[in-house]
Amino acid sequence: MNMNKSVRRAFLQLLVCFFLLAAFAFAQNGGELRFCLRSEPKTFDPALVDDDASVAIRYLTGGVLVRANRKTQDLEPELAESWSVSKDSKQITFKLRHGILFSDGSPFSAEDVAFTMQRLMDPALHSSTGDAFRSGSGTVSTKIIAPDQIAITFPAPLAGLEHLFDQVAIMSAHSPKKEGAVLGPFMVAEYKAGSSVLLKRNPNYWKKDAAGRRLPYLDSVRLDIQPNRDVEMLRFKRGELDLINSVDSDYFDRLAASSPQLVHDAGASLDYEFLWFNQVASAPIPEYKRAWFRSVNFRRAISQAVNRDDLSRIVFNGHAQPAVGPVSPANKFWFNSKLKAEAYRPDAALKRLQDDGFHLQNGTLFDKAGNAVEFSIVTNAGSKPRERMAVMIQEDLGKLGIKVNVVTLDFPSLIERISQKFNYEAAMLGFRNVELDPNSQMTIWLSSGDNHAWNPQQKSPETAWEAEIDRLMRAQASTADPKKRKESFDRVQEIAAEQAPLIYLINQNALSAVSSAVAGANPVILNPQTFWNAERLTVNSQARASR
Amino acid sequence: MNLARKLACVVVVFVCAVSLAANWLAPVGYAKQFREAPGAPPSHEHWLGTDEVGRDRFARVLYGTRISLLLAPAAALVSTLLAALVGGLAGYLGGIWLRLARGFTDLFLSLPWLFLLITVRAVLPLNVSPLTSVLITFLILGLLGWAAAARVLSTSADALRNSDFVLQARASGLHGPRLFLIHVLPNLKPVLYAQFWISIPVFILSEANLGILGLGVAEPLPSWGSLLRELEGLMSFREEPWRLVPLVLLIVVMTSFQMLLSKEEVTA
Repeated sequence: MNMNKSVRRAFLQLLVCFFLLAAFAFAQNGGELRFCLRSEPKTFDPALVDDDASVAIRYLTGGVLVRANRKTQDLEPELAESWSVSKDSKQITFKLRHGILFSDGSPFSAEDVAFTMQRLMDPALHSSTGDAFRSGSGTVSTKIIAPDQIAITFPAPLAGLEHLFDQVAIMSAHSPKKEGAVLGPFMVAEYKAGSSVLLKRNPNYWKKDAAGRRLPYLDSVRLDIQPNRDVEMLRFKRGELDLINSVDSDYFDRLAASSPQLVHDAGASLDYEFLWFNQVASAPIPEYKRAWFRSVNFRRAISQAVNRDDLSRIVFNGHAQPAVGPVSPANKFWFNSKLKAEAYRPDAALKRLQDDGFHLQNGTLFDKAGNAVEFSIVTNAGSKPRERMAVMIQEDLGKLGIKVNVVTLDFPSLIERISQKFNYEAAMLGFRNVELDPNSQMTIWLSSGDNHAWNPQQKSPETAWEAEIDRLMRAQASTADPKKRKESFDRVQEIAAEQAPLIYLINQNALSAVSSAVAGANPVILNPQTFWNAERLTVNSQARASR
Repeated sequence: MNLARKLACVVVVFVCAVSLAANWLAPVGYAKQFREAPGAPPSHEHWLGTDEVGRDRFARVLYGTRISLLLAPAAALVSTLLAALVGGLAGYLGGIWLRLARGFTDLFLSLPWLFLLITVRAVLPLNVSPLTSVLITFLILGLLGWAAAARVLSTSADALRNSDFVLQARASGLHGPRLFLIHVLPNLKPVLYAQFWISIPVFILSEANLGILGLGVAEPLPSWGSLLRELEGLMSFREEPWRLVPLVLLIVVMTSFQMLLSKEEVTA
């Protein structure tokens, strides 16, 4: 009788355990995550990805050899178990995982990695992902050492080589489905142009959680194409969307006022807003203005006269930090911690200008030749934060007797002026930094670079400090030693602070909104802020319905 | 004059008078930034609160109304005169001139206005003061906005050309500019008035549209267009109702302008 009782108790306990496990498993699996893409994806081919929407889809569907952990910023193994980079930074060897299948069932091997690299480096494809690997003239060769081992050799050293593979989604060499066969947690199931993209879970995804359950937990991800941020926010508030990856500070505060548990401020992002003066020798601007813009004292004075704390507090409601330089403090390794953001010091700014021969007369600043100091700042129309910053800078500089005319132009006209005709005086734009490594900023810093905003495409460096930056950037790119690279790039940041060719204004915070129906979300500063761990997210549809 | 027209007249005169007295009525300058109080609600210091960078909204509404209400009629006058020149003359001359003018106006009407304005704005010099920029903006509106009025005027002038009294004037030996000035133009007056009054709200709204795109009047000068931009992102009317003041003012003034037109002018 007693034995019967204990057996019954044990059976009941087992039953309870079973139901609890089943309930837990049910909670972990299933559900559809919904959020918006702000534009139509231009391609589903991972090699051709160049726009934000396609990047998001590639992140969710593409399997990569290594992945930069968006939270720790460390590189972690994915399809590759391990890797090694040669001393000269020209070769990388990957050891691949076994038994992995593409979403269509075809097996994954070194052959697929070789195929992907060859395709990426095909000059006829014009792949921007492939461009990052173009270190010098010559071809990229791949050598399959074993079915699970491959060596990739580049014609010239590539600093931070392994980090570049975070963007390389491996494609199948043999699958008839081409880019439809993926190794990531989701696969494209349906695409309605102008409306939505539906991703379904990849049944062959290789990753499992600590309990041995196959990832991802979600059944599907629905990406609605919605360029209008007002509509996106309304739909989020109505519970039709589960997350917003990047929220404007105005919306953020309004949402925070009503539902503080839904918003996340992850701190300063890698993005920055900046201002620069046109220093191009052939630019159609008066010679005396070019002389101002080429004077380091003038540029530093302007930088000191801008109240960055006010820009952060008023324009971004405090969700931004005064910018220090080209690297945000959020970039833990590459940020030069010796540098500080330029403090607001109008008196020091005026002193600098007086040192350069400028003088104040009846509230107007004149140069030594008697020209009143007046210039225009161009920026793109439609960006409210940028327009507000321009208005505040206009007022700040007005206190020094400088007249600033703010001009907003449509984007194509603006780009034509600043990069082709050089018909502008000062410009203000933002830089969206998606990579941590300074190699991604090569075209900004090299004097011959197209994006050397203040004076691009120089045949030879026109100033000694630009020549020094060229040397340092090349030096850091040609060594694999992280310490040496850091030293070189720290010095680049110091020169940028001393010479102020770009006047860094603020680093925006990474603001996002995540529904309480989503479990496992941990917003970070790196893109994609909210769904970087999509494979481990779950959505409780009942919680969503009750919002 | 019926009651509605009288009321509309009072509204327009009152709004114009108040905006003209902005220098005296505004508590502070339209560009002064109160950085310690951005986006503040209405208070004793700021009757309509402050905008996103802390500028007094009441002062900006007063100055913005002045700019929009003074320059929109000026742009309407330019466009109406151009329309009278092209449409009136073409209609009066008739034949090949009328066909040519209609073809040209049809072509002009088919141009995408907004893109044309954006293009014209983009090629203008950058270093112009905000006041010059606002004058240029409205001048462009006036120079580009004549085509629809010209079409109406050409039809009216064409009808007048074949009317009995013009025929009689011709038979009496009256020809050329004299006939146009004495008999045709005075009879086009109702149509010209109507086109003028109709154009004013059109230009105010065009400037507002350009302002919403960030391409209208240059900062820090306010206009109804730039004031309406504040409504972007407003989730609920109850949230900050004082931000709706420029919109309400625009609707009231536009309605008043429409009510000022007599039935005959509307028909014309």
